[in-house]
Amino acid sequence: MKRIATLTSWHEVVIERAIQTAGLSAIALVVLIFLFLIRESVPAFQQVSLTTLFATRWYPIESYFGVLPLILGSLMVTLGAAVVALPLGLATAIFIGEIAPRWGRELLKPFVEVLAGIPSVVLGFFGMIVIAPLIRATLNIPTGLTALTGALLLAWMALPTIVSVAEDALDAVPQTYRDAGLALGLTRWQVIWKIVLPAARTGILTALMLGVGRAIGETMTVMMVTGNAARMPLSLQSFFMPVRTMTATIAAEMGEVAQGSAHYHVLFTVGLTLFLITFIVNLTAALVVFRQVKRAERVLS
Amino acid sequence: MRDVVPVLLLVASLSLSGCRPIPATGEDQPAGQVITIQNKGSDTMVNLALAWAERYEVVNPQVRVAVTGGGSGTGLAALINNTVDLANASRQIKTEELETARQNGVEPQEFIVARDAIAIVVHPSNPVDHLTLQQLSDIYSGKITNWREVGGEDRPIVLLSRETNSGTHVYFLEEVVRLGEKDNKTLFSPDTLLMPSSEGISTEVRQNPNAIGYDGLGYVTADQKTIAVGVDPAGPFWQPSAETVNAGVYPIARDLYMYTAGEPSEAVRAYLDWILSSEAQQIVQTLGFVPLVETGK
Repeated sequence: MKRIATLTSWHEVVIERAIQTAGLSAIALVVLIFLFLIRESVPAFQQVSLTTLFATRWYPIESYFGVLPLILGSLMVTLGAAVVALPLGLATAIFIGEIAPRWGRELLKPFVEVLAGIPSVVLGFFGMIVIAPLIRATLNIPTGLTALTGALLLAWMALPTIVSVAEDALDAVPQTYRDAGLALGLTRWQVIWKIVLPAARTGILTALMLGVGRAIGETMTVMMVTGNAARMPLSLQSFFMPVRTMTATIAAEMGEVAQGSAHYHVLFTVGLTLFLITFIVNLTAALVVFRQVKRAERVLS
Repeated sequence: MRDVVPVLLLVASLSLSGCRPIPATGEDQPAGQVITIQNKGSDTMVNLALAWAERYEVVNPQVRVAVTGGGSGTGLAALINNTVDLANASRQIKTEELETARQNGVEPQEFIVARDAIAIVVHPSNPVDHLTLQQLSDIYSGKITNWREVGGEDRPIVLLSRETNSGTHVYFLEEVVRLGEKDNKTLFSPDTLLMPSSEGISTEVRQNPNAIGYDGLGYVTADQKTIAVGVDPAGPFWQPSAETVNAGVYPIARDLYMYTAGEPSEAVRAYLDWILSSEAQQIVQTLGFVPLVETGK
């Protein structure tokens, strides 16, 4: 009897340690990646002057290392994707979670999740062959390989994440909340808008952030449909013109670059910038969630 | 989400452990065994290299040639790091690359294996059929932005180019945008679309009447229109073809190279000799490139 007990606890210790190590190694890896990025990008600031780095021309094979068009390009495509995907994703989640009958819901949810499994290169190919010509013809613009095309496809890619996570959040809202609302004479819409959505707010925010995170880091689709012209997207009109994103730049140029050259280190600086932007997005999301949890706790206590 | 991360890490570490560099083979193989030649580089040459490799397996079953693309620079970098036996390049090796190679104790040997012409392509409905090098330079540097200025319809010009890591890009920059002048510092217009593949260029040219693109003659399909190129505005202008390149009149033509790290091994040497044979050069012709034999090289 005693032997079995010690055996179990021995097992438990091993499993506990294994889980702990796995959890800690995730953090350690992120820290290591961050340190590696810093180590590889610092020489860029020694080899390339700041004025060159914050210029508007990117043509690395002639030592033009202006990263501004790349940063603005990435932000433009991501913001565009967010503007399209957020309302659409949230609406889909509300429909699946609150409005659709049970059978509709069981049919729709797996289908939305299948969307997430489409490889980005397939989506990019589809964008290149179908969406880009369509956009060029309908909007009568010089080329269909534009920031808009990239944003639409990224929105498509971010949708499954947003829908799935947001729907889970709606699902987690206790049925009694809805029942209470309905008992007070609220309409179905009022229940959704005034009770369910506020209660699921943190989960919905997480969904949005995960979606945006997916969009800004996406590479292959963007590289295939945005035209990759490193021009400064300064006006609203630039949305209908080609852009070059940070991810596409790294993907297109990293395989070729001579290790240790200025170009190599500048590409790492671009990577570091990308890392910092996603980090800030996630941190903001975490802080907002944290603050809301605290407020909810105050209300309950 | 938190519990997904360790699983992802596990998957990542498993998949990474499969990515060891492939060691260069082709030497020190016991007799009777199949020798593999690793061949990597220029995307312009990848179809040609594949066709050669396939044919050579019939000619010499003892040798297998494994071909991968990636770009001239990628192939030369692999050669410098000693992970391939043969690097394909659509441009000559750069001085910096030569220096890095020497630091690694590698002395690259150059072999000219075929010739190529860069074709200027537009949508079939585009009425423009000839351009001078100067006009092409002005178009690609952004001085000319409407087809009307070169005798076409009133349409904006959409510039298509290969990515900067492509040998074709560098060649086009030097010979067309800068007109072959050493101290000319003209750049591509920032509005130039950089396409990651030849396929990207042909897809856009095929469906966009505003587009102009360039690519190796071997990649031009029947549904794109090639532009005749000349030097003098008064003419003559030449369509890109094996004849005009061989005759030395088509202005945008170049040599295609293979590089070995130091003296080639016996198997690689035999392969290179075969490539220069008329049988292999026949393949060059069928793929739309220009064979060496007829040029007398």
